[in-house]
Amino acid sequence: MNKPLRRIAIFCGLLVLALLIRDNWLQYVKADQLRTDTANRRVTIERYANPRGDIVVDGNSITGSVESKHGDFKYKRTYKNGPMWAPVTGYSSQAFDSSQLEKINDGILTGNDDRLFFRNTLDMITGKQKQGGNVVTTLNAAAQKAAFDGLKERGGKGAVVALEPSTGKILALASFPSYDPSSFAGNSTSTDAKAWNALQKKNNPADPMLNRALRETYPPGSTFKVVTAAAALENGLYKSADENTDSPLPYIMKGTTTPLKNEGNIPCKNATLREALRVSCNSVFGKIGADLGNDKMLDEAKKFGFDAEQFTPVRSNASVFSDNMNPSQTALSSIGQYNTAATPLQMAMVASAVANDGKLMKPYMVDELQSSNVDPVAKTEPKELSRPLSPTNAQILQSMMETVVKSGTGQKAQIGGGVTVGGKTGTAQHGVANSANPYAWFISYAKLGDGSSPVAVAVVIEDEGANRDDISGGGLAAPIAKSVMEAVINSKK
Amino acid sequence: MSSSTNSTHHTSTIGAIGAPSRRNTELALLIFAVAIPVFAYANVGLAISDQVPAGLLSYGLGLGLMAGIGHLGVRKFAPYADPLLLPLATLLNGLGLVIIYRLDQSKLLQSLPHFAQAAPRQLLYTALGIAMFVAVLIFLKDHRVLQRYTYISMFAALVLLLLPLVPGLGADVFGAKIWIRVPGLGTLQPGEFAKIVLAVFFAGYLMVKRDALALASRRFMGLYLPRGRDLGPILVVWAISILILVFETDLGTSLLFFGMFVIMLYVATERTSWIVFGLLMSAVGAVGVASFEPHIQTRVQAWLNPMREYKLSRVVTHDGILHSDQLQQALWAFGSGGTLGTGLGQGHSDLIKFAANSDFVLATFGEELGLAGVMAILLIYGLIVERGVRTALAARDPFGKLLAIGLSGAFALQVFVVAGGVMGLIPLTGMTLPFVAYGGSSVLANWALIGILIRISDTARRPAPTPAGNPDAEMTQVVRPS
Repeated sequence: MNKPLRRIAIFCGLLVLALLIRDNWLQYVKADQLRTDTANRRVTIERYANPRGDIVVDGNSITGSVESKHGDFKYKRTYKNGPMWAPVTGYSSQAFDSSQLEKINDGILTGNDDRLFFRNTLDMITGKQKQGGNVVTTLNAAAQKAAFDGLKERGGKGAVVALEPSTGKILALASFPSYDPSSFAGNSTSTDAKAWNALQKKNNPADPMLNRALRETYPPGSTFKVVTAAAALENGLYKSADENTDSPLPYIMKGTTTPLKNEGNIPCKNATLREALRVSCNSVFGKIGADLGNDKMLDEAKKFGFDAEQFTPVRSNASVFSDNMNPSQTALSSIGQYNTAATPLQMAMVASAVANDGKLMKPYMVDELQSSNVDPVAKTEPKELSRPLSPTNAQILQSMMETVVKSGTGQKAQIGGGVTVGGKTGTAQHGVANSANPYAWFISYAKLGDGSSPVAVAVVIEDEGANRDDISGGGLAAPIAKSVMEAVINSKK
Repeated sequence: MSSSTNSTHHTSTIGAIGAPSRRNTELALLIFAVAIPVFAYANVGLAISDQVPAGLLSYGLGLGLMAGIGHLGVRKFAPYADPLLLPLATLLNGLGLVIIYRLDQSKLLQSLPHFAQAAPRQLLYTALGIAMFVAVLIFLKDHRVLQRYTYISMFAALVLLLLPLVPGLGADVFGAKIWIRVPGLGTLQPGEFAKIVLAVFFAGYLMVKRDALALASRRFMGLYLPRGRDLGPILVVWAISILILVFETDLGTSLLFFGMFVIMLYVATERTSWIVFGLLMSAVGAVGVASFEPHIQTRVQAWLNPMREYKLSRVVTHDGILHSDQLQQALWAFGSGGTLGTGLGQGHSDLIKFAANSDFVLATFGEELGLAGVMAILLIYGLIVERGVRTALAARDPFGKLLAIGLSGAFALQVFVVAGGVMGLIPLTGMTLPFVAYGGSSVLANWALIGILIRISDTARRPAPTPAGNPDAEMTQVVRPS
């Protein structure tokens, strides 16, 4: 019986061999594919196994990590003053993925970025727990607070963007109403999913998760007249702020019989550019737009950043100035109506370019990426985006905008104490046949005694609750812009 | 006869090539077999809670004591037994305890309904298993005694196999009816014991019938075709396997019994034709049953496409079939372990949920000890089987040979079916990995199996009794031819 016994021995050996081969196939050949399979929960467990790096403002982190008591995801994201910072940070949720800075810099924050490889290896050797790196933002906590508090006090909805004109650094980025990303950072169906669902647009008409500063485009209204004025100067239509313009009153739009109306009875006939901006003449700027034509207006608008998405690195929607418009449409668009639409970021860029003597810097909000021990991994250098104005024309426009604040519609933004403020109000009609409450806009910049300009701001308020007659850029939006500018100036001291 | 001149030379028959008893080798190996799980246990504690587990000393002493009792039992009652079997089984049992303890610490498993610490009970089962092992050595003085119980064994095996079908006694656990409920004891898997009892029956039956089965056959196309009446028993076993498959939906047990029978039949008759018949019949049976049994079809589907099964398990399906993500989870566990594993206590094989410490325990080894660890485990199983086959080769009586090869073959098939199923090599069957998996029946039955193998190997390796001294040696007269 020994011959078949030996054969059975070989058969049993083959069984074990088959298992060994299969094991090698699984754990060696296919191992990487199985290990990194996104459906493999270990991938997400690993993702939350270490405290996430922080997002830093003014040297303080505005995020944190907390160990969760339940479930297999160890660390959960927390946010300090979540609603205020949400438009900057976005959210990072175990159940609902992440957005904005949290998503864009996920590699750095989780520590999985290749640029942290050396650091991670070192930590592994020294037995330290793996830690995510930090994202250092350009934001100014005081300015952000002023912006958010201003919006909150106002109620309604709105957004504020503040930039540093010389670099393009984003100093404030507020949106209201907002949400607390901490409320759904975990993955509990009872608390986190509930909080998440309550914030969704379909359940919440206020749409608190919309980042109005970057992702909502509004008709810019009269604030767009700054762009139109820039186009007039750049194209040599008018040479100075104080020469009279060739503007009839009433101004009948070319190709129509409709007069372009002004708000109230203001002195716009042949007004100077300065005067027209001060009292916000629709007739003057409408005519400038029509005279220059669609192409030249579009060209100038594009130089200010219209028609392009901005990556800060969080994407902002593209602002709109249309193509192929007839003269009357161009006229309407040139006073910020018709098809023209702009994000608050875009209008802050307009103010910033004027303040920076015509040079538009690319807006950005991430100053530096760091490893967990604050070694710099990457630094963002300021970058010039375009030159919508020559320095001379920029200074002409500055003096015009300063007049608006000194003695025009924007007087509520005056700061004083050696600080010169230039600005422009806007009250944008919207809704079918101008039925809804208009948007109140204010764009401005502050200039210090030494001629430097530390901050440019755009504020938009969409206030459906306010009395229609009370809504004006100067009344609602300018005070918020003022407090943001003051916050920046005070924090520089 | 020229050499016979020197008559005074003392000669005697060299009967027993006295194999050394190797008991000390066994003891030395046992020390390793206890030390390795103790270190592993400490490792789990350090990995999970940063401290040496409180029970380390009692665990080490307990395992050491049990191994010691086993060793003393062998030393006393089977002194010539194979020295590898006991240490290998102890090592596997110890590692199994460590992994079960490790899974007990999983928060995920603790949060499941009906969670209870499994390691303490497994330790109890191990103690009972070793007691069973020693009892086999004490009460089974000679394995040939079992021959007498050939037909009783057949009856007992049938009863054991059919028990789960008895209403009120059987327990349907996740689709396979292979458990029975014993009041006060919990659930038992009679199939594990039936494996041994059936091996006894096959060995006894085939020893008697082997000549008839082997010789009375016609040659056809190079194969010996058995006579119709000799085909009877194989058909009966085949039918029983199919019945188990259909009524208990237990693919593994069915395959195990039929495979064991074919192996023993082949060894008994030395006819390759039986193997061919065996394979043909299992193919016919498997395909036939799979064609109408939805439970088996699901398993095959799940084996062919574990990811699809995983996705189906996430949603409520209306096909009335319980979809399970276990196989895909196990594959992920293996893949995530990679070559060297995550380290004990640092994997996430608890994602497999309730079967993590029983049917799928190998996946935890795969994840935490890696390819290296699983290969080591598989090779230990290979070694046990190899020692079993060696015992069969060394056995002097056909009954012992058949019993040893039957038990070793069944052991090998079980390991293959379980490990192959968990690794996705063959459809999943829901059997447990001997010694390593949590479960009383399995531990007890496999210790008994090792006990019987030890008994056979002791008989095989025992030196033949020294022949009585030759009284003629001194007195032979030398008669010279003149």
